[in-house]
Amino acid sequence: MTDDIRFDRVSRFLDTLAQVKALGIEAIEARENHLILRLPYSEKIIGNPESRVIHGGAITTLMDTASGSVVICALDNFELCPTLDLRVDYMRPAEPGQPVFARAETYRVTRNIIFTRCEAYQETDGQTIANCVATFMRIGREATPKAYRDLITGGEA
Amino acid sequence: MTRPEILRYTQETGDFSRLLASIPYAETIGLTCDRFGDDLIFRLPRKAENLGNPILPAIHGGVIGGFMELSAAIYLMMSQDVLHMPRIVDFSLDYLRAGLDRETYAECRLTRQGNRVSNVQVTAWQKSRSQPIATARAHFLLEE
Repeated sequence: MTDDIRFDRVSRFLDTLAQVKALGIEAIEARENHLILRLPYSEKIIGNPESRVIHGGAITTLMDTASGSVVICALDNFELCPTLDLRVDYMRPAEPGQPVFARAETYRVTRNIIFTRCEAYQETDGQTIANCVATFMRIGREATPKAYRDLITGGEA
Repeated sequence: MTRPEILRYTQETGDFSRLLASIPYAETIGLTCDRFGDDLIFRLPRKAENLGNPILPAIHGGVIGGFMELSAAIYLMMSQDVLHMPRIVDFSLDYLRAGLDRETYAECRLTRQGNRVSNVQVTAWQKSRSQPIATARAHFLLEE
């Protein structure tokens, strides 16, 4: 599978997630076991109106999405993988007015479980905003409806 | 109203409308809160923009996380005599069942209260409290 195919699959997958579209999250780069997503700054995700800092929940959504989508970059055959658990450490607030990026990787893929790591950062200084580790359950290709698989893979697999 | 005034008003009256209206992210996901005596129940109404998995369909896991995080912070602010929102340090979330496209509820428990750090437990459910869709725990820093 080429990186272009991975990028297209991730983009099509993100396109089916209403919350992801509502927040404007999009794919920036996809490679094997590796993915970068971008969350644009917007008024509606502010958590503290005085400092205008975005709420941790939007970062959690970004990291959950990045960790769940990087799974697509690790498997040749697309299958839906529900999140089992997610742990997030918040290092520092995100600088207001700037987009936040999430770099995710799968560091172990087994028959039943996929283990991911993800880091949220900004381009301004590159410092880590939050770190996240997560586990995903593999339900198998057959448990994912064919119509949805075809939608994500563009019918090529 | 300034932020401390809004927080004092919320603590005194149990009316969450002004506080929630001052937090754009709360409005975005639709979070509301009701007080029953000293107990708080947080509510996430059914909302198309909150969905993730389109097949079930199910609420996006990140939204469930954000809902529980914000619930824990508001709960802590109400249970303390502090007039600022606590800062989240870490958050650990277990997904137990798919959060289907329906109303979701959450309640919190203060597991430990230190001088500077608090530990809060959060449970979210839809059909029945005895069948949670997710449980979480969070640490918060209480200093400004």
